[in-house]
Amino acid sequence: MPRVKVARKSTFIDMTAMCDVAFLLLTFFILTAKPRVDDPVKAEVPSSSNEKTVPEENLAMVTIGTVEGKSKILFSVTGSDIRKEALKAMGEKYKVSFTPEEQVKFANIESFGVPMANLKQYLALSEDEKKALPVQGIPVDTTSTSELANWIYTARQADKALYGKDLDLAIKGDKKEQYPAINEVITVFAKQQKFKFSLITDLKMSAKK
Amino acid sequence: MAELDTSGGGKHKGGKVRSKKASTRIDLTAMVDLAFLLITFFMLTTTLAKKKEMDLTMPDNSVQKSVLPVAATRSMTILLGSHNKIEWYMGEAGKTAPTVDNYGKDGLRKALVENSKNVEATHSGKDNFMIVLIKPSDKSTYENLVTTLDEMNIAGIKSYAIVKILPIEVGDLQKNNIY
Repeated sequence: MPRVKVARKSTFIDMTAMCDVAFLLLTFFILTAKPRVDDPVKAEVPSSSNEKTVPEENLAMVTIGTVEGKSKILFSVTGSDIRKEALKAMGEKYKVSFTPEEQVKFANIESFGVPMANLKQYLALSEDEKKALPVQGIPVDTTSTSELANWIYTARQADKALYGKDLDLAIKGDKKEQYPAINEVITVFAKQQKFKFSLITDLKMSAKK
Repeated sequence: MAELDTSGGGKHKGGKVRSKKASTRIDLTAMVDLAFLLITFFMLTTTLAKKKEMDLTMPDNSVQKSVLPVAATRSMTILLGSHNKIEWYMGEAGKTAPTVDNYGKDGLRKALVENSKNVEATHSGKDNFMIVLIKPSDKSTYENLVTTLDEMNIAGIKSYAIVKILPIEVGDLQKNNIY
């Protein structure tokens, strides 16, 4: 009886295709990834059934969050060049001069909540020290000369000068924030003849018609 | 390595000793491992759910405009109270008894749809849609406001505005223990 010979097969698996797919996906995720910036104040936004996404540029956002029972205001503008110009204008207004290094440092901060009087000291701190610092918030009242109103105004001017566009405004408020705090910001917007703005929300999954 | 040596080997009795041909295949296992590790990392760190925005237009109250009077019966006023409760009434304040309601499908949404239908049925002419006035009290939260505005979108209310609450309405909320 002749022995039945089982053909020996190579156990080597060709991984070229798998490797290709893996790297393709990897490239995709690397390119779409955007580092998440931590806001100094945590604002859990309410949900709605709106499906319009937040624009990535030309947007000034006012974040309202609660720290230790008090609502604090943070301000952020997209684009580091707008931030830089706004800081220069604010420095002139409040008679604080910022060195070029401080301007660069400020341009790299996504959102901040520091009064003008403390901004210079704040910029000198390291990242860890900034995180440890209690959030002070930007002072606001319903007049048109509060610090928040000035920040919005200077940012709008900077955007106008650099790109010839008017900034879109948005409010990002914490769910549990009481209405008067929101109303204050809306009043500031209204004082600058900005009656159209957006509210940042999360998409509600179940709410469909 | 991932490859077993299946070449047999050791069959050279006599004859020339040949140097074994080295395989040109590269072992990709480690590379694939690394690639998938990185994929996992980036997948878990990216935020796929982007934030949404809701557009809101506030009335320009700096200029006094002359507008035609609107029938009070066409308006519905929603008062946002505390504890996630609302109160709504049709027409003018104090004339009709307000209804205490909650947010959600069977509360506010139902009321909006029903009232809107009623108004359209009882009013003639082109402009017979309902006008909704949203009056957030100082005790209502931002979430309440957004939910209400969202209900306007869902119910398809053409005309709505956020208005300052009147003292008489605050008193009414207090009477119903939602302030």
